[in-house]
Amino acid sequence: MEIFIINLIGATLRVSTPILLAAIGETYAERAGILNLGIEGTMFFGAFIGFFVADKSGSLWLGFLVAVLSGVVFGLLMALLTVTLGVNQHVSGLGITMLCTGLSLFAFRLNYGGRSIPPSIESFQQLAPFKNIPWLNTLTEQYLLTYVAFLVIVPLAWWLLYRTSFGLKIRSVGENPEAADAAGVNVFAVRYAALAIGGGLMAAGGAFLSLAQLGAFTHGIIAGRGWVAIAIVIFGNWNPVRAMWGALIFGGTSALQLRLQTMGLQLPIPYETFLALPYIVTIIALVLAGRNASYPAALLKPYRRE
Amino acid sequence: MYIVDMLGITKTFGELVANDNVDFQLRKGEIHALLGENGAGKTTLMRILYGLYRPDTGIIKVAEQPVEIHSPKDAIANGIGMVTQHFALVPPLSVAENIVLGNTDGFVVNRAAMEAKVAAAADRFGIVIDPKSLVRHLAVGQRQRVEILKALYRNARVLILDEPTAVLVPQEVDALFETLNRLKADGLSVIFISHKLHEVTQITDRVTVLRDGKLIGTVDTKDMSQSQLAAMMVGRETFGVTRKDEQHEQQPVTLRIDNLCAKNDQGMPALTNVCLEVKAGEILGIAGVGGNGQKELAESLCGVRDCASGSIQLAGKELIGKTPAGFTQAGVGRIPEDRHEGMVGDLTVTENLALEHLNEYTRSGVLDHKAIRTRAEELIHQFQIKARPNDPVRTLSGGNMQKVLLARVLSRNPKAVIVPQPTRGLDVGATDYVRQQLLEQRDRGAAILLISEDLDEILALSDRIAVIYEGEIVGILPAGEATPERLGLLMSGAVKEH
Ligand SMILES: Nc1ncnc2c1ncn2[C@@H]1O[C@H](COP(=O)(O)OP(=O)(O)O)[C@@H](O)[C@H]1O
Ligand SMILES: [Mg+2]
Repeated sequence: MEIFIINLIGATLRVSTPILLAAIGETYAERAGILNLGIEGTMFFGAFIGFFVADKSGSLWLGFLVAVLSGVVFGLLMALLTVTLGVNQHVSGLGITMLCTGLSLFAFRLNYGGRSIPPSIESFQQLAPFKNIPWLNTLTEQYLLTYVAFLVIVPLAWWLLYRTSFGLKIRSVGENPEAADAAGVNVFAVRYAALAIGGGLMAAGGAFLSLAQLGAFTHGIIAGRGWVAIAIVIFGNWNPVRAMWGALIFGGTSALQLRLQTMGLQLPIPYETFLALPYIVTIIALVLAGRNASYPAALLKPYRRE
Repeated sequence: MYIVDMLGITKTFGELVANDNVDFQLRKGEIHALLGENGAGKTTLMRILYGLYRPDTGIIKVAEQPVEIHSPKDAIANGIGMVTQHFALVPPLSVAENIVLGNTDGFVVNRAAMEAKVAAAADRFGIVIDPKSLVRHLAVGQRQRVEILKALYRNARVLILDEPTAVLVPQEVDALFETLNRLKADGLSVIFISHKLHEVTQITDRVTVLRDGKLIGTVDTKDMSQSQLAAMMVGRETFGVTRKDEQHEQQPVTLRIDNLCAKNDQGMPALTNVCLEVKAGEILGIAGVGGNGQKELAESLCGVRDCASGSIQLAGKELIGKTPAGFTQAGVGRIPEDRHEGMVGDLTVTENLALEHLNEYTRSGVLDHKAIRTRAEELIHQFQIKARPNDPVRTLSGGNMQKVLLARVLSRNPKAVIVPQPTRGLDVGATDYVRQQLLEQRDRGAAILLISEDLDEILALSDRIAVIYEGEIVGILPAGEATPERLGLLMSGAVKEH
């Protein structure tokens, strides 16, 4: 039983990582007042381009870097559409998701054709700092990116948002851009920056899947994780630390349902029920936490002076 | 020496000229009033100075040096601070965070140090405020202090206050004036936007008057009486009132309002013991500077706003406690101030005309489209609406929209009609048409309550004129005795006539 639980926790950390990265990225965007529905597509493109570059160049890190840069580019595209041109945020975001998905699938088909077995690469190695203590090793044998996500990205996001002038600006342009503008803050620049950082993190989440967790690229690689991340941002009340707990809840139920499926329990319910479990739990968590969610007041509203 | 020169400033919004070649000069260490009626262009001029709008033409000098102000950042760099009418604060942030926003010492924000610095600044300028409290927990008066401190914290040498007293209770006004006088003694120059004469004469050294976007003049406050200022501000000469006067003495009172009290959206008292009577076949005009309770009065009389106390009787029947639909059924016709509020823009003219009376066109739960259509065509013809029955209302011009509203309301022959700002934003032709309709309703025997900020309109249409100031009726005059000067004085709160 202990082994089962330790195993489950270890898996939870792994499964949560891509969603956590994406959710933190979305938190930056929404805190600045932009709902970035390009998240799902940006993750997908990140997963593809990371895989593609790694495969062609033989360098996983180069693949990862290019993936993050692609996310920054799509974040900036979102900024151009919504901040500068004032296009509706829902339309822009969904448009970017469709664009990214189409581009990735097209490039994938060009380069790998219609294979029945998805192409794979030698993925990132897991770190094992406590090799000699079996139970601790089960827990801590993780990818470097998982360590970075939980120990660097989350605390850094919290610190940036609540303890720096940059964070103060992000929060103020998401709450009351008129006030921020009147106080001498460049609302447009802050929103561009938040979307760029956010896009980079989303793509990093996607690349984690193709370069680390799976070591392969498939059409269903993201499978709605971007949408889940958006739910998690709301669950987290736009606070990176609370978003982390949300990601862990989703990751935990995902890891659990995998184990329930493979345990071969003779239950009179179809296995798809287990697949749905993480999503059901997310919805319940969202309903419970979302009731007193306090949205950034300027979310979805373009800012114009006149 | 002037600390600010604004020379030849013109600013247009589409067709509308909000500032027309305006000059404005501010001396160092003075409190300078910018006086004018609503819509005179005061806010626009100051938003230009603060970099929130770009002027079409004109130059700005600070301390006699020409400057380009493209954004508030530039204004702040030139020592200009502004407290806008709607406060520019971020409610979920603390007082200290709001004050340092955009003006932090370094990348890392050290909370304790930030709060200590803000507290020290508050001390220095004699402003009482707790840097730690969240702005959303503060009352309006306190928020204003945060705004003033925010400007001073950025080393403002010029402080612009846009209608700072509009949101304050009298005690808070006194405290604000004390603060301003102290700051003035320290060498700060203050621009005080207002339309309240007694405040202007009380606190300012000089006054610049704007009317319809044009500069009327700049004068020393001590040389001017309130009525002279009122004349500059309202400044209308004779009125072409051509309207047969009738005797209404014998007519019964249709609409009787007794001791009506109501609160505004912020929960502050907006109407205090309003007592009015409107007879059948009479137009009672309510004059007043905007924001003195007109909106709340109109809403209360249509059942849209809950009244704190008092009574509203229509032909002897009490209306308080009824729903808006109940008011309509009892015979109150309401033409909303905001045309868009009264209609659904995406629905057609036909549908909007039927909107308030759908139950009359319903046969066992199904709408009788033929009857609706026939009625709509009649009304379009009768009210000269220039639109086809199936045009969505949002595609209509303002004048035609107003006609749709008039048709819907007036075709029911209401006993009383409440019309706030019926011609605002309409062109001359449409304005005449609307006024003609109101006069016809009067001749039919309806009691009409006309609320308008346009003195011409009030004087042209009303049989009697009541003036509202800070939610109170400060005087009621027969049309024959009303002059612009007398009304102007009442409107500015300088005198009361009962
Ligand atoms: N952003 C804007 N767009 C269009 N019209 C505007 C805008 N701001 C002000 N106006 C118009 O300019 C005129 C002057 O407005 P304003 O400067 O606010 O007057 P005041 O402050 O004296 O009441 C008004 O008719 C107003 O409707
Ligand atoms: Mg104004």
